[in-house]
Amino acid sequence: MTLPAASPDRPAVELVGLHKWYGDFHALRGVDLAVAAGERIVICGPSGSGKSTLIRCINQLERHQAGTVSVDGEEATAEPKRLQAIRRKAGMVFQGFNLFPHLTVLQNCTLAPVQSGGATPAEAEASALSLLERVRVADQAHKHPAQLSGGQQQRVAIARALCMKPKIMLFDEPTSALDPEMVKEVLDTMIGLAREGMTMLAVTHEMGFARQVADRVVFMDQGQILEAGPPADFFERPQHERTRAFLGQLLH
Amino acid sequence: MADTAILAPPRPPSGAAVLAKRLFGSPLNVVLTLLVLWAIGSAAPPLIRWAILDAVLFPAEPEACRDAQGACWSFVAAKGGQILLGIYPLEERWRPMLVSAALLVLLGYSLRPAAWRPRLAALWALVLPATLMLMFGGFAGLSYVATTMWGGLPVTLILTVTAVGGAFPLAVLLALGRRSELPAIRILATLFIELTRALPLLSILFIASILLPLLVPEWLLPDKFFRAMIALLLFAAAYLAEVVRGGLQALPSGQAEAAQALGLGYWRIQRHVVLPQALAVVIPSLTNTVIVMIKNTSLVLVVGLFDLISSGRAALADPEWSSPAMETYLFIAAIYFGLCFGFGRFAAALERDTRTDA
Repeated sequence: MTLPAASPDRPAVELVGLHKWYGDFHALRGVDLAVAAGERIVICGPSGSGKSTLIRCINQLERHQAGTVSVDGEEATAEPKRLQAIRRKAGMVFQGFNLFPHLTVLQNCTLAPVQSGGATPAEAEASALSLLERVRVADQAHKHPAQLSGGQQQRVAIARALCMKPKIMLFDEPTSALDPEMVKEVLDTMIGLAREGMTMLAVTHEMGFARQVADRVVFMDQGQILEAGPPADFFERPQHERTRAFLGQLLH
Repeated sequence: MADTAILAPPRPPSGAAVLAKRLFGSPLNVVLTLLVLWAIGSAAPPLIRWAILDAVLFPAEPEACRDAQGACWSFVAAKGGQILLGIYPLEERWRPMLVSAALLVLLGYSLRPAAWRPRLAALWALVLPATLMLMFGGFAGLSYVATTMWGGLPVTLILTVTAVGGAFPLAVLLALGRRSELPAIRILATLFIELTRALPLLSILFIASILLPLLVPEWLLPDKFFRAMIALLLFAAAYLAEVVRGGLQALPSGQAEAAQALGLGYWRIQRHVVLPQALAVVIPSLTNTVIVMIKNTSLVLVVGLFDLISSGRAALADPEWSSPAMETYLFIAAIYFGLCFGFGRFAAALERDTRTDA
């Protein structure tokens, strides 16, 4: 099964002069970032640096107050239809899985395609089963999320997002809530996606993942992008003192 | 290290042993057990004697009760029709009987989880207007019967079903409105809930039946029966809305966020993700409110409508009989118990049905 690719002639995601405040707290302070179709970006930084806010601004779970957000050429406005269109293009995987506990695994995957993706129940089910197969939880399709392990739940969450045939996948600390022995199965699923050319933005502290699949690593601090570059440069020759301090703490 | 055997769980002690330990396990328990046995022993025989052994059921004539030592069930047998159906014209009684039977059967049918399909809502939407039309008559040769002649069980059933059934969707909208991001909607929903909750039901019924006619021209005003019905509906909606809001607050924000991230719109998120979970959490409190509302319908007697209790009182006014009030009220209590207990069982089934952690 091939995944739909973002159009190569325009950025998959483009953030220009992005500002976000929570009350008086200035969470994002003028962020510019362009992500090309097929590019894999890992965003890291100390806690409170604005990385989750940034990734949640892309699919507009957080509304920004200044600047622009465009996803696959479509600029985000407050208009509900426009927001839904953007969210269908950008699938998201959360730290806490956020599966719907009252639905089965399969129903979790078919709800949105049937309700807003224009798929018939039969189509949605077939494509959900093939995606669940890909993340290797197809045998759990008729269970409820609470009966699955954390790693299985997160893989279902990835499949659920893929069911909407997104052009971009956003990962918000996808392995932070997992027991250590389950991190790898989720990372392997993400690596598989990356190999197939999915445009990805991942907020994560898994530096091994960053080294292996990232085209660029973006380091954020205090609501700004401090530096960004290919993993080799980023890990071997960090430019900023704060980046070095952060990496030093990680590698301990 | 030696292998630790996998042990079977210890066997629970036998039922008799547990019972003996609980009832006579300590001096305090012995005293309490004896006290309770004494209370049952002294209260039960007179009650049984009054209600059954010395009671009179037949013939259903005033004379039967004149020398009776026990309960005068003859009165209930003779006046049951009036208690249940009020002063509805005698020769037309089959209409309220049919209406009550239809509503009870449909209520009973609705209790089964297997029946919960969109079809069921359509069935209710069909049956409810049909029952009202049958009560009114005035078509196809049926004589017209004004709401002032209605009474008893059909009144209680119609008021309960419409007030609770109509209040529930309104309550969901109010609860969502109170959490809306749009200030106008939020303020309106909050105002309605707070104002309605702040008034006693009695005063709302008086406003609907006495004050409104002074303020609104008569031709604009629905019948007193329907004014009371709307008053009950609005009152129930305000309370249910707060219960529903409790469920909405209890739901982690990640659920709505995940649904948003999938590109679902507001109403679909509420319908498929938020409400099924939020309502499941508050089933016990919803049940509580609904049962209170079933019994609140009896308050319409203060505005001159004949529900079960007021038609029971009207029946007691017959000078031929020696006013066996206890028997009458026990009969009415049994009907209310049936309604409320039935709904309680329904809610318990609903709770089992919505469990997702198993």
